[in-house]
Amino acid sequence: MGLLSDPQCRRALARLVVRLNTPLCALSYAAGLAWFLALAAPPLAPRTQMSENAMGSTMVEENFQLGARALAYARQFGARKAAAGAMPVTWLEQTLWALGLEPHRQPFARTLPFPDEARERYMVRGTNVYGILRAPRAAGTEALVLSAPCSEGPRNDQAVGLLLALAEFFRGQIYWAKDIIFLVNEHDLLGMEAWLEAYHDVNVTAVRSSGPLGRAGAIQAAVALELSSDVVTSLDVAVEGLNGQLPNLDLLNLFHAFCQKNGLLCTIQGKLPRGDGDSLPAYGQSLRTLLLMALAQASGRPRGDHGLFLRYRVEALTLRGVNSFRQHKYDMTAVGRTLEGMFRKLNNLLERLHQSYFFYLLPSLSRFVSIGLYMPAFGFLLLVLILKALDLWMKLNKGDAGERLEDGGEDPRPGLLALVPPVLICHGAGLALYFVPVLAQRAAAQHFPVSEAEGVVLTAVAIYVAGMALPHSTHRALAGAGERGWMALKLLALLDLALLLGCLALLNFSLGFLLAALMVPGAAAVQPTGPRVLQAAVLVLATPAGAVLLGVLAQRELEEAPAAAGEGWPLFLGAVGEGLLQHHLYGAVLCPVLALGAYPAWLLLWNVLFWK
Amino acid sequence: VVEGLALLDLGVSPYSGAVFHETPLTIYLFHFLVEYAELVFVITDVLTAVALYLAIQDFNKVVFKKQKLLIELDKYAPDVAELIRTPMEMHYIPLKVALFYLLNPYTVMSCVAKSTCAINNTVIAFFILATIKGSAFLSAVFLALATYQSLYPLTLFAPALLYLLQRQFIPVKLKSKNFWLYTMQYASLYLCSLVVIICLSFFLLNSWDFIPSVYGFILSVPDLTPNIGLFWYFFAEMFEHFSLFFVCVFQINVFFYTIPLAIKLKEHPMFFMFVQIAIISIFKSYPTVGDVALYMAFLPVWSHLYRFLRNIFILSCVLIVCSFLFPVLWHLWIYAGSANSNFYYAITLTFNVGQILLISDYFYAFLRREYYLTHGLHLTRQDGTEAMLVLK
Repeated sequence: MGLLSDPQCRRALARLVVRLNTPLCALSYAAGLAWFLALAAPPLAPRTQMSENAMGSTMVEENFQLGARALAYARQFGARKAAAGAMPVTWLEQTLWALGLEPHRQPFARTLPFPDEARERYMVRGTNVYGILRAPRAAGTEALVLSAPCSEGPRNDQAVGLLLALAEFFRGQIYWAKDIIFLVNEHDLLGMEAWLEAYHDVNVTAVRSSGPLGRAGAIQAAVALELSSDVVTSLDVAVEGLNGQLPNLDLLNLFHAFCQKNGLLCTIQGKLPRGDGDSLPAYGQSLRTLLLMALAQASGRPRGDHGLFLRYRVEALTLRGVNSFRQHKYDMTAVGRTLEGMFRKLNNLLERLHQSYFFYLLPSLSRFVSIGLYMPAFGFLLLVLILKALDLWMKLNKGDAGERLEDGGEDPRPGLLALVPPVLICHGAGLALYFVPVLAQRAAAQHFPVSEAEGVVLTAVAIYVAGMALPHSTHRALAGAGERGWMALKLLALLDLALLLGCLALLNFSLGFLLAALMVPGAAAVQPTGPRVLQAAVLVLATPAGAVLLGVLAQRELEEAPAAAGEGWPLFLGAVGEGLLQHHLYGAVLCPVLALGAYPAWLLLWNVLFWK
Repeated sequence: VVEGLALLDLGVSPYSGAVFHETPLTIYLFHFLVEYAELVFVITDVLTAVALYLAIQDFNKVVFKKQKLLIELDKYAPDVAELIRTPMEMHYIPLKVALFYLLNPYTVMSCVAKSTCAINNTVIAFFILATIKGSAFLSAVFLALATYQSLYPLTLFAPALLYLLQRQFIPVKLKSKNFWLYTMQYASLYLCSLVVIICLSFFLLNSWDFIPSVYGFILSVPDLTPNIGLFWYFFAEMFEHFSLFFVCVFQINVFFYTIPLAIKLKEHPMFFMFVQIAIISIFKSYPTVGDVALYMAFLPVWSHLYRFLRNIFILSCVLIVCSFLFPVLWHLWIYAGSANSNFYYAITLTFNVGQILLISDYFYAFLRREYYLTHGLHLTRQDGTEAMLVLK
């Protein structure tokens, strides 16, 4: 307790915090950003290695030769799908039965909270079909899943074809110790969520599906496949799941190891690492990959069908076949052999994947940044808020002591009760932002010439902007707190923001970090005195909606498809709509966190700025 | 409790399963009240608040009388006018105490979760009320009930005894006959009530099963379900060989502070009671947030110490942040499967360290105020320069 109790030390520390506050804050913020940017460089990003003993080597003999069969199945599936207009359920069931698996079907239905303009659906009805390959020698208490989506048009036909060919091949082998489920899900994420909920017998979202399904044991790992061409030039892997949850790093290491064994080109975020090593362009490429992953994780959107498995503690990946303009092409046999190798290794698992990291960032496929190395960056950002809060506290206390000596016997904190109205109003605005858009969509569509989806999004934007006008109408209620009441309010706002960002960084690091990087400078600098217009501009830049807009634009920029000048607004509206939809459909938390957490905190700071 | 009731209805001893560890009186209480469980817990919380209100009201009167006596006896230094407490400032304290207890989020959470800790709190609150009112008999009975339910209120015997001795104007001297006489009386009241309650429990269930199930369970900590206490993680990772030794060490830690605190806080038994309750709720084997809520309810009584508290801002921030991080890390560990017990235990440790620092801060502030009262606010060394009070 020496640091906290020794009076000399305390006085020195207090003086340091009060006098050097602004330089320390600026230094800390710069250090946080610099640390994050340095994560892409080799010293902070060690090479990945396989931690699970059972999956140690890639020593299996892959015998998969059915590439041509895969393409044949793909053609048949495509033809049947075009003829039926939806998933050819009966044909799939018959094919799976002919291959020797146990076919099952699962019909499901869901009414979306508001029509989804991007995919043009409102009431969704579909069927998932899956076949279970029972383990020939073991009890089948565990299972592995290989899934392919049934998409509109000719997309992903080859994925289903490869799935069926692999099923045929796997059925002939005797070494399987776990059951393997071959799943074809309709309506991508909706179907996957319906299947997972029915399989695990839970009711997390409001999907209505049929009764108990044929089961195969606890799922240990899952691979989701997306292939839309007969030949591929590379395989792209997607790891980010719902709410930024990530699978165990070992699964990624497994994929990387097998791609290297079979000579397959593999990428992450669509980017290939430059082979230059330590040079600047290589660092730039790593940084771009890292930022793309951070943006993807922050959005909380699952980047593939695998994203929904993670919630049920099943490690999962999505593999996408990419057919670009490279010279060397790989056919279905090569992809099939890689998958066969991965599944044989997963077959060896004795327990769930837990040896490797669950929290990491990937600057490239062969390097990773663990939580111990990336948290200090966030710690520095949080330090800014803490320093500012300490500074305000000491100013408030010094002021109190001064006042007391003059008046004698006055209540030390007159404004505590007077701070309650602003806090209540800001959180009320947050609640309105969360509840009203979806509840009032009918009213919006009736009174304004917009469709329901547009109505929801525009209502959200309207409530957001209306909240910014609050200080002008509520300053009368705030008048009771006195001259220095804004300090107490700002203290509360800073603590609220720090608490929110801290909890967020633990659950979804990228979201916490990016929100912190954007909101901390504005939060620390705002005060009612000084140039109001400049501070208002800074604070508007720091708003959570601004974070969404910047994130969307940055993602397009990093994917090397920069958005044109006029595209920003529709992209932003699309992102807001998608976020709301995903919250109601799958339980994504970005929308509630921003509406109920970040927005009230920001509104409190906005109130501080316009303090009279 | 529900399992215990089910087993009782089947005619089997409720302690035969490994889940039920409440006392027989509790199970008989709930036998009649299980349908109105929510109402029962609300009423117990209200009773606790009312008991605390009445207790603190009386206590304030006692404090004020004592202060007046000490001023008249000229025991205070001349320049401590601003440290003297006035009735105006003390007027709203009982109400604040009751509100602190009722509106505390921890209390609300305890009530919603229907934790039997609420009943513990009520019994302890009534014990405090009886002690302050001066009734040795009722105080002994309630203390016996509290000890019967969870072993640790045994340590509250010392502060209650000191308070009653003070009230009877018996000085605490080891050679004094009056002191020993009164102590013996109080102790015998306490022990007799305890024996009566235990025998009553025996006759309720016709077996001594409840003693190993209730007290053996509290002392030997067999169940390592994670909670906000310090025990579970240690014993989860410890070898069987050493667990007996460490159980003894951990349990002694709860009872150990009573004697030193009794010697130091002889003149201030109520503060001693507060510190002792806090120590119980930090170091007991299965703490819950309801225990934390009970000692936090007393903080307004010491609100005059605010100017001497040194770390209150940091500590309250630490406690609030830890309370928010508890469910986050629990979710990450149990539901998402991405973290492990180390993450959760880190928060548990931080929370408990925060609580310990809070109590020691209040302790230091209290001692400092007492020192200033007798030696004056502006301390000077021998050569006339300004001195500062340091806790070594």
